Amino acid sequence: MISSRFSKALSWAYLIALYGFIFLPVAVLVLFSFQDGRLPVPPFNGATLKWYAQVFADDRLMSALGNSLMVALGSSTVACILGFCAAYGLARYILPASRLQRGLLVAPMTVSYLIIALGLLSTFNWVGISLSLWTVGIGHVVINLPLCFAIIYASMGDHQKNIERAARDLGAAEWQVMTQVSAPMLMPSILAAFFLSVTFSWDEFIISFLLSRFDVTLPVEIWSMLRSGLNPKTNAVGSIVFLVSVALLLILELIVFRRTAKK
Amino acid sequence: MTAPVSIRNATKTFGDFTALNDVSLEIEAGEFIVLLGPSGCGKTTLLSLLGGFLSPSKGTIEIAGRDMGQVPPSKRPTTTMFQDYALFPHMTLRDNVAFGLKMRKIGKSERHAKAEELLDMVGLKSSADKKPHELSGGQRQRIALARALAVEPDVLLLDEPLGALDLKLRRQMQDELKAIQKRVGTTFVHVTHDQEEAMAIADRIVVMNGGKIEDVGRPEDIYMRPKTLFSASFMGEVNFIPGTLDAATDDGVHINTILGAVKLPATALCTPPIKAGEKITLAIRPEHFRASTGTGPRITLGAAKISDGAFFGTHHRAHLSPVDYPNMTITAHMPQSAIIEPGAWIDLTIDPASITVLPGHPSAAKQEDAP
Repeated sequence: MISSRFSKALSWAYLIALYGFIFLPVAVLVLFSFQDGRLPVPPFNGATLKWYAQVFADDRLMSALGNSLMVALGSSTVACILGFCAAYGLARYILPASRLQRGLLVAPMTVSYLIIALGLLSTFNWVGISLSLWTVGIGHVVINLPLCFAIIYASMGDHQKNIERAARDLGAAEWQVMTQVSAPMLMPSILAAFFLSVTFSWDEFIISFLLSRFDVTLPVEIWSMLRSGLNPKTNAVGSIVFLVSVALLLILELIVFRRTAKK
Repeated sequence: MTAPVSIRNATKTFGDFTALNDVSLEIEAGEFIVLLGPSGCGKTTLLSLLGGFLSPSKGTIEIAGRDMGQVPPSKRPTTTMFQDYALFPHMTLRDNVAFGLKMRKIGKSERHAKAEELLDMVGLKSSADKKPHELSGGQRQRIALARALAVEPDVLLLDEPLGALDLKLRRQMQDELKAIQKRVGTTFVHVTHDQEEAMAIADRIVVMNGGKIEDVGRPEDIYMRPKTLFSASFMGEVNFIPGTLDAATDDGVHINTILGAVKLPATALCTPPIKAGEKITLAIRPEHFRASTGTGPRITLGAAKISDGAFFGTHHRAHLSPVDYPNMTITAHMPQSAIIEPGAWIDLTIDPASITVLPGHPSAAKQEDAP
């Protein structure tokens, strides 16, 4: 009796410790973004929204936020289109060394972002492309393409193959099969790939840092703010970044997975 | 629209495996042809050759007199109704049915009008705005039919379309399929492994086995006058009685079987003719055993003991063991009113006109192929 109570208490304690470990940093970040004082450290002096007001009044932060959105949406769109085409080709045609090709496509997932960034940096220097948001976008396509390919490829089954065969049988040319049948049919997984890669691009720092020059993305701008010391304003902008990521995951959950469950 | 199909010496090999072995078949315009056989007999391969999803290793396929050799599926005057229906899950039923017309660049209002006409024909006009996942299996099947017919193909290919339906619905869909085929007049080539389905819908049945055509003919001919042992056993229950042909004379065919000698009319012999002394097999359907008294010609294969029997509603099905060859089991259907007593003796009496003489002796392997 006592031992069962004890083990129950222990499992609760473990649960609390586990979630505390995962969510405490975020909770502290969000809490001290409301700090009425100049330092985001305990004690908590009371709540204010003035740091958020400052964030929204800061032109550099706002333009970085716009840049981040642009890069995230643009690079994810490109990654999804390329990932879909690659998955379609590899799933529907007998290609030479297709196993090797699949391996090569997902391999960048195992390479660290730092290495990818360094590689792209020297490549851009060598080719003579100057750094800009475009080069950041290219970097994000490189890291998100394997993910998009893997998600979309995994959802291409034989059942859909037969549906595509039916479309061809009814007179559809190959591009019509892709745009009017395969892509709409695979839309749940394409959207899942899209939102996931938007989330990754939105958060990404190293590639954005190394491949941008004058226009920067939000994580890079936050990093340069941090160089002048901790400040509740950095907590506020950090909370906004976090909120957007959560919102994206919720959209993914609500639109994509609910749609899949309905079928 | 409708067109004749002509398949000449079509062979299809996959590596070492020969799926289709030198098959020739002429199909008339507007015919309802059923390709019947067990799985792996080559019937689906033949259908894929007609649809253009596979190309023959040897031989030619002509539709409406035009060689289909280099014509891809999208350019052929054929459409296919797939086994799993393969409807477009993201489109409404109207868009599903109109898809082929859209690919043929028919304007929106015209193709929607045509789609609704076809939805009306299959009895689903009121569901035009639904999506396929809202439908039952039988309804999806109707949509697949409407979609395939919307482009007015010369030849409709049906790949076991009724396989996923339950028995009652399947019988109902068979009737509808046949009625629709008569109405539109399109040539239908239908693949199935269900011989009852084949008999219910076909103008002509093509029995296939091991990549070859075993038998072609009207359902009545295939059932009553099969040309091979395989064809006889695949079309339904049958008793095989091995023997040899003694002589074929003007007054009939003299045959020596393990159950004694019999004389049959010359019509019992199948073509090509069998020479005297060759091995033959008598094929007798269970329902062809007759009471020993009554009008009409009778022959007997001796007495047999009833080993067991069961009542099937329309008849009693009894297992008999002949006195001359007790290891053999003969299946006979007896009238509803008959009294089946295990251990009782009866005569194996048959109208000679209902017996077919087939070349060769049944092998164990061939028997196993039977359903």
